[in-house]
Order: sequence, then structure tokens, then C-alpha cells
Amino acid sequence: MTYARRAFIVLWKDVVTERRSKATLNALLFFSLLLLFVFQFTLGADREHLVSALPGLLWLGFVLSGLLALGRTFLVERENDCWDGLLLAPGDKSAIYLGKVAANLVLMLVVEAILLALFAFFFNVDVGRALPALSLVLPLGTLGFAAVGTLFAAMTAHVRAREVLFPVLLLPVEVPVLLGAVKATEAALAGEPLSAVAQWLQLLVAADVVYLVAGLLTFDALLEG
Amino acid sequence: MTTGAYPDAPLDTPISARGLRKAYGRHLVLDGVDLDVRCGEAVALLGANGAGKTTLLRIAATLVRPTRGRMRVAGADCARDPEAARRQLGFLGHGSWLYEDLTAFENLRFWATLGGLSWSASTLRAALAAVELERWGDERVRPFSAGMKRRLSIARLVIAEPRVLLLDEPFTGLDQQGAKWLEEHLQAFKSGGGAVLLSTHSFGRGFGVADRAAILAGGRIATDVAVAPLGADGVRRLYELAVEDGA
Repeated sequence: MTYARRAFIVLWKDVVTERRSKATLNALLFFSLLLLFVFQFTLGADREHLVSALPGLLWLGFVLSGLLALGRTFLVERENDCWDGLLLAPGDKSAIYLGKVAANLVLMLVVEAILLALFAFFFNVDVGRALPALSLVLPLGTLGFAAVGTLFAAMTAHVRAREVLFPVLLLPVEVPVLLGAVKATEAALAGEPLSAVAQWLQLLVAADVVYLVAGLLTFDALLEG
Repeated sequence: MTTGAYPDAPLDTPISARGLRKAYGRHLVLDGVDLDVRCGEAVALLGANGAGKTTLLRIAATLVRPTRGRMRVAGADCARDPEAARRQLGFLGHGSWLYEDLTAFENLRFWATLGGLSWSASTLRAALAAVELERWGDERVRPFSAGMKRRLSIARLVIAEPRVLLLDEPFTGLDQQGAKWLEEHLQAFKSGGGAVLLSTHSFGRGFGVADRAAILAGGRIATDVAVAPLGADGVRRLYELAVEDGA
């Protein structure tokens, strides 16, 4: 019970802090809009190109905005030395990791929902019928992304070249998540049943489980440095 | 029982350093520090800038590992069993540990919950009242003055009820009233058997709470004296001599 309370208070703190400051959310929305303009400018009105590229573009948008969000997740802990407080809090540190992953998941899903709506609007794509499938695929893909991203963000929080190191470390590890997520999103947008891409979904779920468990097991050692 | 090369401290000595050495690369900060703080005692750690006061406190707080030697807090080895030490200590460093977009009350609630403390709204409000911040309990911390943030950090310590307090220049930023309150609180803490190790640059405000003064110079405790017989002026003279020798 204490473990769950500790994880929840970290989630609550991050969500409330972000809701009040909107520091990350505003940056992400602005960044997402810029991406959309670039995509729109590049692809133009070629619908054939657009349909085949849309799943990849969508996840490119999610990944780039996610990199921004995850990169900032421990910056708030460096302000006023709150990091020391997290380190000195007695008990299993994986509760802090779990709370951070959950907070990042919430933030990224909010941004993804907005980004999806903007994609639909900008590219005149009907995502309505794909929503049930996407409501499964997007959280699964985002969970895998947030699980490793939170871990690597903690790892690089005190590194001078963290802006460079963080994506360099993160993106190769995220390949299984991105492959599974893009393939499943492609099927969802094409109106195919998810059973048609079951093997990709299985890869996605397996990657989520492995990354989350790895994060839970290693976060304590990582925080202690 | 004795472990390794460093004899165990007596049970009434919740803070104990033996042969403590800390180097950052080639830069040696601490070079064989021996220090004991007994129950009901406060020791003021004095030293010039860079003498290693903060490093010593951070080793005791389990935030930094010593290069050699041993630090024990409340009987727990800070390097080998930091979790046991953390359950008994309260640390106030240079940072406030405050989230600026949370209210004062929310900050206390966050740290109390994360620390696994059993708390109620009334205990948190009482802690805010103790540092005279009850009126600002539901205000966000961002516009608080440095002194108010310091008091709120102290309230965070109060709710944890530790046995050992490690305070890095705790009187910095406090006004007369806040300093007076902190002195009284530390006196009460000592009366309850708690041990305090605090660093300070000041021989005036807050120095009165110290029973002993330990002067760090040249990486070692150059002088460790009882404050009462010498008074602040006597300790200041010793400090000047020790710092000159250390330089």
C-alpha cells in the first residue's frame, strides 16, 4: 500500500506541476504544430503518399515530442536539489520510477491525442473508425517509450551532454517498440483488424514488459549512482 | 563488535566518522576526519570555503560515498547500509527540496508520503504553524522569499521526526524570528536526545545552539572544543588560528 501511495504521489506531483506550469505541454504543442507544418509542406496534397507515410509520420511526431517531454522529466528534480530528496526518501526507489513513468505516460498521451486530432484536421484523414484500435496501440507504444525514456532520462540527468546523449541512447533501444507501434498503427488506420498484426502487437507488449521490468529492477541502482 | 579497521562508535553516539577520506579526482577534500556527535549534543562544523564541511555532511547524509574510512549514522554504516541511516536522519542542504508550482502544504504532503510517514492534514498544518507559515499553506511556493522557503524546508524536517539532524548552514536566509525559532527547535530536539551536526560560517546567530565546535582545516578536524568555556569569541580565535595553519 505504501509502495502504491509513493508511486501515486510522484505521479500526482508531476501532473499537478505540469498542469500549473504548462512548461512542457506548451513547448510540446508548439513543437507538434511546427512538425505538422513541415509534414504538410513536404507531402503536399498527394494522398497516396500521405496514406502510406501517415503511420510513420504520426510516430515520428510522437517520438520527437516524447524526446522533449522525457528529457525534461528529471530537470524539475534538479531545481532546488529535489533529486537529493528523492535519493534520501527511504524505501524502494522503483516506486519513484513507476510514478515518473505514469506521469510521462499521461503527458505524452495528452500530446498524442492532440497531435492525432491535428493530423486528422491538417491532412483531412478520418481517424474516427480507427480510434478503438488506436486507443490500444497508442498507449502500448507510449508505455514502452516512456519506460525506457524515464530510465535513460534519470541516467543522463547529471551528464553535461545529456541533450545529445539522451536520444543517442534511447532511440536504438526503442526500435522494437517503434516497429510494433508503426505496424499496428498502419493496420488500424487502414481499417484492418488488429489480429492481422498480432505478431507486431505481441512484440510491442513484450518490449513494454521487458522495459518496464528492467526499469523497476535497475532504477534504485541508477539513482544511487 | 568491531568491523574492519574502524572501531564501532558507542551506542550513544549517533554520528561517528572514523578515518574519513574523500577525494574528487586528484583533489583531496577530507583526509582522515574523526568526529563523534553524541545523543543530545550539537556540533558546529566550522571551516573556510572549500574546507569540506558540505562534503562531510553529504557523506553523513548518504548522498556521497567516502573514498576511505567509515561514517555511521544512528548505528548504520552510511556506505554499506544507507537505507538504515536514511530512516533516522534529516538533512537540510543548500537546496530547499521544494517544488515551486506546488503549495507549501502540498510540498509537505509530497515529502511525507514519499518518506512513508503516517501523517494527517492536521500534523502538516501544525508543522506549517510551527514555522509560522500557516497563512501561506495554500499558496504556491514560487513567490516565497528565501527565508520562507528555508522555514518550509525546516517544516519538512520537523514532520519526519528524525533522530539525527544534518544541517548545512541552516540559519542562512532566516530573519531574526525564524532564527530564534530554529534555535529553540534545535534546543528542544537536543533535549529529546537528538544529535545535530551543523555547518556554519557565523559565530553569532545560531552558534549558541552548539555544544562543541569542530574546525575543519587541511582536510582534518584541526580543533574540536567545547563551546561553553570559550564562548563564541574564543572559538573564533581558535578558528582563525586553525584556518591560518590550514592555509
